[in-house]
Amino acid sequence: MALPLILIIALLVLYPAVYSIHMAMLNKSMEHFVGLDNFAFLFTRETFWMVVKQSVVFALTAVAFKALIGFCVAHFVHNVPVKGQRKWRGMLLVPWVIPPAMSTLAWLWLFDPSYSAFNWSLEQIGIPGVNWLGSPNWARFAVILVNVWVGAPFFMIMYLAALKSVPEQLYEAADIDGANWWQKLWYVTLPMMRNIIAITALFSLIVTFANFDIVRVLTSGGPVDQTHMFATWAFKVGIEGSDLPLGAAVSLFMFPILAFAATFILRDITRRGNEA
Amino acid sequence: MAVARSSMKGDRRRAMIWSYVFLCIFVVFFLTPPIYMLITSLKTNAEISAAVSPWWIFSPTLDNYVELLTSPTYLTFFRNSALVSILVVSITMAVSIPAAFALSRMKFWGSATLATGVFLTYLIPETLLFIPLFQTFVWVTEFTGIELINRWWVLVVLYPTLTVPFATWIMIGYFSSIPKELDEAALIDGASYLQILTKIFIPVALPGIIAATIFAFTVSWAQFLYPLAFTTSTDQLVLPVGIITTLIKGDVFTWGQIMTGALLGAAPPLVIYAFLMDYYIAGLTAGATKG
Amino acid sequence: MAKVTLKKLVKNYDDTPAVRGIDLEITDKEFVVLVGPSGCGKSTTLRMIAGLEDITGGEVLIGDEVVNDMPPKDRNIAMVFQNYALYPHMSVHENMSFGLRLKKVAKDEIARRVENAARILDITELLDRKPKQLSGGQRQRVAMGRAIVRDPKVFLFDEPLSNLDAKLRVQMRIEIKKVHLKVRTTTVYVTHDQVEAMTLADRVVVMNAGRIEQVGTPAELYHAPVTKFVAGFIGSPAMNFAPCTLEEAAGGLRVRLSGELAFQVPEDRVARYRPYIGRPRLIFGLRPEHLADQHQTAAANHCALEVAVEVTEPMGMETLLYFLLGSAELCARVNPIMNAAAGGRAKLVADLNHMHLIDDESGRVL
Repeated sequence: MALPLILIIALLVLYPAVYSIHMAMLNKSMEHFVGLDNFAFLFTRETFWMVVKQSVVFALTAVAFKALIGFCVAHFVHNVPVKGQRKWRGMLLVPWVIPPAMSTLAWLWLFDPSYSAFNWSLEQIGIPGVNWLGSPNWARFAVILVNVWVGAPFFMIMYLAALKSVPEQLYEAADIDGANWWQKLWYVTLPMMRNIIAITALFSLIVTFANFDIVRVLTSGGPVDQTHMFATWAFKVGIEGSDLPLGAAVSLFMFPILAFAATFILRDITRRGNEA
Repeated sequence: MAVARSSMKGDRRRAMIWSYVFLCIFVVFFLTPPIYMLITSLKTNAEISAAVSPWWIFSPTLDNYVELLTSPTYLTFFRNSALVSILVVSITMAVSIPAAFALSRMKFWGSATLATGVFLTYLIPETLLFIPLFQTFVWVTEFTGIELINRWWVLVVLYPTLTVPFATWIMIGYFSSIPKELDEAALIDGASYLQILTKIFIPVALPGIIAATIFAFTVSWAQFLYPLAFTTSTDQLVLPVGIITTLIKGDVFTWGQIMTGALLGAAPPLVIYAFLMDYYIAGLTAGATKG
Repeated sequence: MAKVTLKKLVKNYDDTPAVRGIDLEITDKEFVVLVGPSGCGKSTTLRMIAGLEDITGGEVLIGDEVVNDMPPKDRNIAMVFQNYALYPHMSVHENMSFGLRLKKVAKDEIARRVENAARILDITELLDRKPKQLSGGQRQRVAMGRAIVRDPKVFLFDEPLSNLDAKLRVQMRIEIKKVHLKVRTTTVYVTHDQVEAMTLADRVVVMNAGRIEQVGTPAELYHAPVTKFVAGFIGSPAMNFAPCTLEEAAGGLRVRLSGELAFQVPEDRVARYRPYIGRPRLIFGLRPEHLADQHQTAAANHCALEVAVEVTEPMGMETLLYFLLGSAELCARVNPIMNAAAGGRAKLVADLNHMHLIDDESGRVL
C-alpha cells in the first residue's frame, strides 16, 4: 500500500537529488566529466559570493521577523475574547492563502517606479518617494518585506495553536507567585512553546532559504544581481543561460544548510515523539 | 485585596485594548496588497496613469474583468491550472491515504524510518530538484519521443512530489489518533483490511482528508517554479506563469488587467479558504501538533 | 455447543512470558470471570480466545473446534471493549448492524435483531443517535447491543466497566447480569475488580503472573481459598494476615501471634495442622468481618482480645477499625455503636471457625 509513495519519492525526489550531484560535475555541453571544476569556477565569481551572502542574510532576517511578528500577533489574537478570534484569524491568514506569485505582483505594483502607491502616499505628507526596486538596499528590503508578509501568518497560526495548548493553570500559579506579564512570558509561555518555536523556525528557514517565487517576480534578482538567491540565480544560470551543470552546482550549495536544519528538526521531532 | 483584584481585571482589559489596536494595524498591513489589487482592477487604464490618488476609485469599471474573462488566452490558463490541480489532488489522495494507512497501522519492517523519511523529503525544496528533473525530462523526450517538455500535463507528474509527502504526514497523524480498539471491533465484526480503511478510517478521519485535499489543491494552484521551467508556449501555461509572462508585454504594463488577472488567479484558493477555513488551518497545524 | 476450552495455553511476547500455561474448561451458558491484578495475563488470555493475539503454545477450542488459526470473524464470538470502541461516524443502529451488513444478512433480519437487542438493553430511543451524544453507560449498552445482535457462541468482555464512575458501575453490573439471564450465552469476562467477579460470575478464575491460582464459585473462593494470593485478593477489605507460630498446647494446638496473644485452634482442624508445628513462616489469616465487637454472645471457638485502635473509618453501616498486632496492621469490621476512637482501646472477638493457616514459603493455605 505504501508502494506508490515510495516510488514517487524514489523516482522524483531521491533520484534527481543524486543526479544533480552528478550533473554538477559535467561541462556545459554535458559531454565531459569535469569533476569539481564547476564548483571551483563558482568560487571565483564575485556574483556567487554575493548570492551566498544575500541568501543567508535574507533567510535569517526574514525568518527572525516572521517569528517575531507571528509570535506577537498570536498573542494579540489570543488576548481577544474567543468568539471574535475566528474572524481576526481569518483576516490575518490571507497573505498565506493567496498564491505568492499573485501577491508579489501586487507588491510589484505597489513598488512600481512611476506609479507606486506608497510613494504617492509618502509625497502627500512631504517625504520624497523611494526607488523601491531600483536601488540595491531598498530592493533587498522590499524582498524581505514581501517574504515576511507572506510567511508571518503561518507563524501566527502555529504559535496561536501552541499558545492555546499551554494550560491556564500554569499562569494562575504564576500569578499567585507574583509574576508580572514579562516574567510569565519568559518563565511559562516560552519554555512551553519551545518545541513549536524551534520546529517552525527551522522549517521556515529551509523554505525561505530556497525561495524562488518572490525574488523572481519582484526583482528577477536585480538590480545588478543584488537580490539574487540560490534558487533564482540557479534558474538564470542553468535554464536561461543554458548551462545546466553550472545551475545544478549552484543549487547544490543549498544542500549543506538544508541538511543542517533538517537534522535539528528531525532531532526535535523524535525527541517530542519520545516524550509523548 | 480589592486593589489587587481590580488591577488583575484592569490588566486584562488593557491587554485586550492594546491587542485590538495592534490587531487593526496588522490587519491593515496584511490586507493592503489584496485590497489594492481589487481597487486597481476596478479602474480604467486612463485613471491608473493619471496622477490621482491610487487608493480611491473615481470611475469604477468592470472592463478589466470582462476582457479577461472573455480572453481565450486567459481562460486557457485557468483551464490548465484547474485541470492540473484537480488531477494532482486526485493522485495525491490516491497515493497518500493508502500509504498513511500502511504506515500508521501495519508495523512492517522499516515503517518508522519510512515515515520519518517521508517527512524529510518534504524538506528537499523544488529549487534543488528542478534542474536535474529538467535535464532528465529533456533526455527522456529525446530518447522516447514523448513530449515531456512544454506540456502542461507534465506538471501533473511533477507536482505530487510536493504534495504527497506532507499530505501523507497529515493523514498519518489523523489515522494514528484513531484508537486501535476500533480496528479490533471491526475485525471481529468481520471487516477485511480494505473495508476497515474505506468504511472506518476514511469516514472518521474525514477532517484530515479534507485538510490534506485543500493543502494539495492550494500548493498545486500556486506553483510557479516548475511551470516556469517546464512550460513555455502560451497555450501550455498555468495561471501564475501565464499572467506574469503574457500580461507584461514588453515594457508596457497594463496594470489594470494584471491586477485583475492576479486577483482572479488568487480567487480559487481564497474562496476555498473562506468556506473551509477551519479545515485549512487544521491542515497547517496538523503537521506540528500531531507530531 | 458453545463451550470454551483452553489447553495449556501459552503466550510469549518476544521472550517475555505473559501467559504460562492455562487449562480451563468453560461449559455452555456459563458466566466465567477472569480476575487478577494488572499484568496477570487475563486480558491476553481473552484476546487469544478472540483471535486478536497470536497463540504461542497450546490450544483454544470453541465448541469442539480448535480455533488457533481462525480469524476473529470466523470464530462466532462478540466482544465488548473497555473503551466501547463504537464507530463514531455511525448511528447506534448502524453500529449495531455493521457486522451483519458486512455479512450481507437480509435487511429484515437485521432490523429484527437490532430491535430485539435494543429492547433487551432498553436503548430503543437511542437508535438514531451518534455515540458522542450518549453518556458512558448508554455507550456501554450500545457496545453490548452490538455483541448481542451477532448472536454469537461466546461473549467476551474486556474490563467493560473500568471507565465508568463508581455509581454507574454498580448499575451496569446489574444490567449485565440481567442481560445474561435473558440471553443465556457463554460469557468470558475480564476484570481487575474482585467485587465484579464475585457478583457476576458463576465461576471465578483468579490469575496471577500468567497462571491460574484457583478456579471456583465465588463462595468457594471466599470460604476456601487455596493460596495466600487468592485469600488476600478476594474480599474487601482484604483478609488480615499476621505472622504466627504453631505450638502444642493442653488439649490441642495453639496459634501464637506476636508474643502474649495466643488462640486455641478449633478442634476440627487440629489433625490437619499438626504436621506443621514448629514450621517457620506461618501466617494466620482472618477476614475483618470475622473480628467483631464484644457484644456478640460468646460462642465456641471465639476468642477475645483487646487492641489499641490506630484509625477508624466510619462507613455508616459499619466501622472499620485499624489496629496493630505486633508488626502487622489489621482491620476489623465492627458495629458502629461500639464507640471506638483513634488512640483508644477496643475489645474484639475473633471467630476462629473461619481462620486460615498459611505456609508463607509455598503460599498454600493449609
